[in-house]
Amino acid sequence: MTPVLQLVNVSRVHGSGPTAVHALRDVTLTVSAGELVAVMGPSGSGKSTLLNVAGGLDAATSGQISVEGMPLRGVTATELAALRRRAIGYVFQDLNLIPALTAAENVALPRELDGIRSRTARTEALAALAEVDLTGYADSYPDQLSGGQRQRIAIARALIGPRRLVLADEPTGALDSVTGEGILKLLRARCDAGAAGVIVTHDARLAGWADRIVSLRDGSLVDDGTGVPRSRSALRSTS
Amino acid sequence: MSIRNGLLALLEGGPKYGYQLRVEFEAATGATWPLNVGQVYTTLSRLERDGLVEPAGSADDSGKVVYHITAAGRAELAAWFDEPIEHDARPRDELVIKLAMAVATPGVDALAVIDAQRAAAHRAIRAATRRKSTGPPGGGDLATELVAEAAIFAAEAEVRWLDHCEQVLLSRPTAPPGTATPVPPIPADLSRSVT
Repeated sequence: MTPVLQLVNVSRVHGSGPTAVHALRDVTLTVSAGELVAVMGPSGSGKSTLLNVAGGLDAATSGQISVEGMPLRGVTATELAALRRRAIGYVFQDLNLIPALTAAENVALPRELDGIRSRTARTEALAALAEVDLTGYADSYPDQLSGGQRQRIAIARALIGPRRLVLADEPTGALDSVTGEGILKLLRARCDAGAAGVIVTHDARLAGWADRIVSLRDGSLVDDGTGVPRSRSALRSTS
Repeated sequence: MSIRNGLLALLEGGPKYGYQLRVEFEAATGATWPLNVGQVYTTLSRLERDGLVEPAGSADDSGKVVYHITAAGRAELAAWFDEPIEHDARPRDELVIKLAMAVATPGVDALAVIDAQRAAAHRAIRAATRRKSTGPPGGGDLATELVAEAAIFAAEAEVRWLDHCEQVLLSRPTAPPGTATPVPPIPADLSRSVT
């Protein structure tokens, strides 16, 4: 499988000296096409930092991050912005959509910023809306839609065109459990169709849709999900 | 209890053969509770003894008997649906005991116990989610889905409890994990009787 997102020994330190906060410590994570990974952990464990660093919204202090084989470090701000826009889709808990634009315009926006023709962008947006079961809502405005529909639009926008990495930070936070589950089903389906997804959630039942669950403890990653035997035994040897 | 009431519920839908009851019981519980035909006939004979079901006439040509529910059976079934199942006030759950022992036993890293258990709970949630999502598209089997949901909610509750235990353990400013309080010396008068 092709790695879409790769983090190798990534650390993020806020501040320096005795007051330095290690938000991420030596995190290594690979997410391949077709894979959905859930990141769990108590609040303050570094979940959102991980997502922001992986998506180029925040810079790592050390370590290598690459998206679609392209490194996020050592590039100019303009190149980074272009990579973020072309390769990565983001879904947040709320404040996802521009209220003055229709569903189709919201979804088409990143493609128009890519510089492709409006008509092509609209065609792609309609296709992306169909993939999230929102055919017929293209010309609705966000405030005419339910919370679940708005998150579907955000997912359509995240995966329009060649984008196939979606980073979702508590995407179901404001939704009821059945609607939230629908959003996870949709992310699962998009990953089955070839996307790569990372979702931060505090909700174990939603994480059940992922292929793997990784947990963060104080900025360090613990892989929970693969059934690999643990390296440490609970009972210390008494010898 | 459950198999008994389950069979009564199925008979409420109409008279049935024993074998038919077995098949329908498994279908209705999302195949998570396999029964053997012996259990079905044992339960049926107890229900018959208690006057809750009756064989409808004698055996047919192939020796099979159709059972139907009696008025008393219907009353028992109604009571079962009406009465909530009470929670045990003192759960004798192996996990609870294991974790209580882990914090009380010297040399045991309770956080490692929590980690391993939480990973197992996550695996259980993923497995149940797969069972739920592998049904036919556009409206799968409702029983399968709801039974899988029960497993998911139970494992989710376990994860939340484990998270809570972890936070409590991490927030206690005590010695490293596993350093339990020393056992107080046995008073002289008692130690005699123990030895």
